[in-house]
Amino acid sequence: MTSTSEKTVPGAADTAGDGPKAGRGRPVRHRDHTVPPWLFVVPALVVYGIVVLYPSLAGVVYAFTDWSGIGGFSFTGTENFRTLLDDGRALESVGNTLLLTIAVVVVQNGIGLLLALGVHTNIKSRAVLRLIFFAPAVVSPVMIAILWKYVYNPENGAGLNSLLGAVGLGGLRQDWLGDPSLALWSVAAMVVWQYAGYSMVVFLAGLQGVPVELHEAARIDGAGSLQRFRYVTWPLLAPALTINLMLSTIGGLKLFDQVYAATNGGPGTSSETLSTVLYKEAFVYGKFGYSTAVALVLALFVAAVSLVQLRYLRAREVTA
Amino acid sequence: MSTSMTLGTAAPGRGRRRPRYGQYVLELVMIAVAVVFLFPVYALITLAMKDPRQISESPLSLPSPPTFGNFGDAWSSASLGPALVNSTVITAVSLLLLIVLGSTGAYYLARCARGLGYGLYILFLLGIVLPFQLGMIPLYKLVDDLGWLGTYQGMVLFYTGIQLPFTVFLYTGFIRALPPDYAQAALIDGCNHRQAFTRVVFPLLRPITGTVIILNAVFIWNDFFTPLLYLGGSDKETVPVGIFAFVGQYVSDYGLVFAGLVLAALPILIVFVLLQRYVIKGFAGGLKG
Repeated sequence: MTSTSEKTVPGAADTAGDGPKAGRGRPVRHRDHTVPPWLFVVPALVVYGIVVLYPSLAGVVYAFTDWSGIGGFSFTGTENFRTLLDDGRALESVGNTLLLTIAVVVVQNGIGLLLALGVHTNIKSRAVLRLIFFAPAVVSPVMIAILWKYVYNPENGAGLNSLLGAVGLGGLRQDWLGDPSLALWSVAAMVVWQYAGYSMVVFLAGLQGVPVELHEAARIDGAGSLQRFRYVTWPLLAPALTINLMLSTIGGLKLFDQVYAATNGGPGTSSETLSTVLYKEAFVYGKFGYSTAVALVLALFVAAVSLVQLRYLRAREVTA
Repeated sequence: MSTSMTLGTAAPGRGRRRPRYGQYVLELVMIAVAVVFLFPVYALITLAMKDPRQISESPLSLPSPPTFGNFGDAWSSASLGPALVNSTVITAVSLLLLIVLGSTGAYYLARCARGLGYGLYILFLLGIVLPFQLGMIPLYKLVDDLGWLGTYQGMVLFYTGIQLPFTVFLYTGFIRALPPDYAQAALIDGCNHRQAFTRVVFPLLRPITGTVIILNAVFIWNDFFTPLLYLGGSDKETVPVGIFAFVGQYVSDYGLVFAGLVLAALPILIVFVLLQRYVIKGFAGGLKG
């Protein structure tokens, strides 16, 4: 235990000599006195252990059992994972999860960036526009999904199809959630609608950190607005892009509420994702062991993608 | 990154430019985008103010005359009053615990950045990446065994634990940038560590506490999946769970359903508009870490 840090720790001895002669400088020995006792972290650690650490570890163990939620269970080795490889619905859900995530990440951040560039100007309506575009992000995803389920329903008079008809685009009318080849993309569009403003806000914070002088200098050097975006703004937006890509990717992989409320995985299995499958396996079919195996696959996806993204994206960040 | 701001004397650069036609075109394009963007909201609000006959005869037009009966009916049939109380209690108590546990834990982790402190910090960061679904079922069994399904304390325990990693992460980053001299002075003046923290350090954490409140409050208030599992069917249902059940029950009565949605979304939207500066800053800045 390092509760010794309360007293003078050995490591501090070599620098402790700075104290008297440095005068105003921060004496390391005193700094050690400011280390609070480790009791400070105990309550947080206990709650974190009960709610996250223990259940996650148990989840990893259950992934290798035939646990049904009631009574005992036996270890079945890798059987759950072999079942998963033969389970058409689970495999389709892996593909759907990846497609949904890619669609949401690309479109949400593309639109978010365009909105941010549009709002980060001198236009008079910029404050109101920022408010409007961001507002859906603070509303419950389930309520957004209920609203969009109505908008997508072709039988409804105030839905998307009626709007398309009213503006002369009647040829584009679709059964947005009822058509198996469209349902997943319709869910993606709904998620983009809710969170494009969120990406916008993160990009805006990045844009506000781009020095005006750099733009002026580039302008004097004869750079057009596209060139200034490409060579001045874009590189300096890298930290904002990192945050946006990480958030939307992790959010996309874990997406549940919107799919559950809008399609519940249907029609058929066409919009089933990893989180809807693991939910159904556990709470509809009572296959808790198999469900945690699916959850473990999801966890590995999320961990792998976030590590790779973080490493690659951090590397391309520059400072002004 | 903040160094870039000190270079900025933005005012002359901006003021020099005269408004150009391009700017008016951009303004019109952005407003047009916003109008299309708001179409679902238009449908939501206008349908909530129509009776069934108006909905079937003139669904797209403005409600004439607008009726407000749907709102009263939805309020009582969706039990929105109790749901709002439940959501408020669960969100408030969870936030309180997150602030207390998160700030004290982070205080230790930030000041003891070697050995045990560093190891524990990494352990907490792990919780940000782990999807909660991995521990979902064992935790559900645990809460069930405690007899806490359908109770406030079950939800409060869940939210405090699940949001602690992110909260600890935010607080630790902020405290590390804070000079230890303040607490040191308090200790020399005879405070013990607890007093130095509550009287000197914690008040200095106000900006990051604001971010912690905003980000966690929006998440907890809107969360659906776990309250559906833990509270579904009980009298402790939160707003999103209550609304979901209500919509399932009155699925074809769109005026009523949409009035319920409007009422359910209103509290958080009002808070958002009132505190928009802080909310947007919290979302954009808090995530920078």
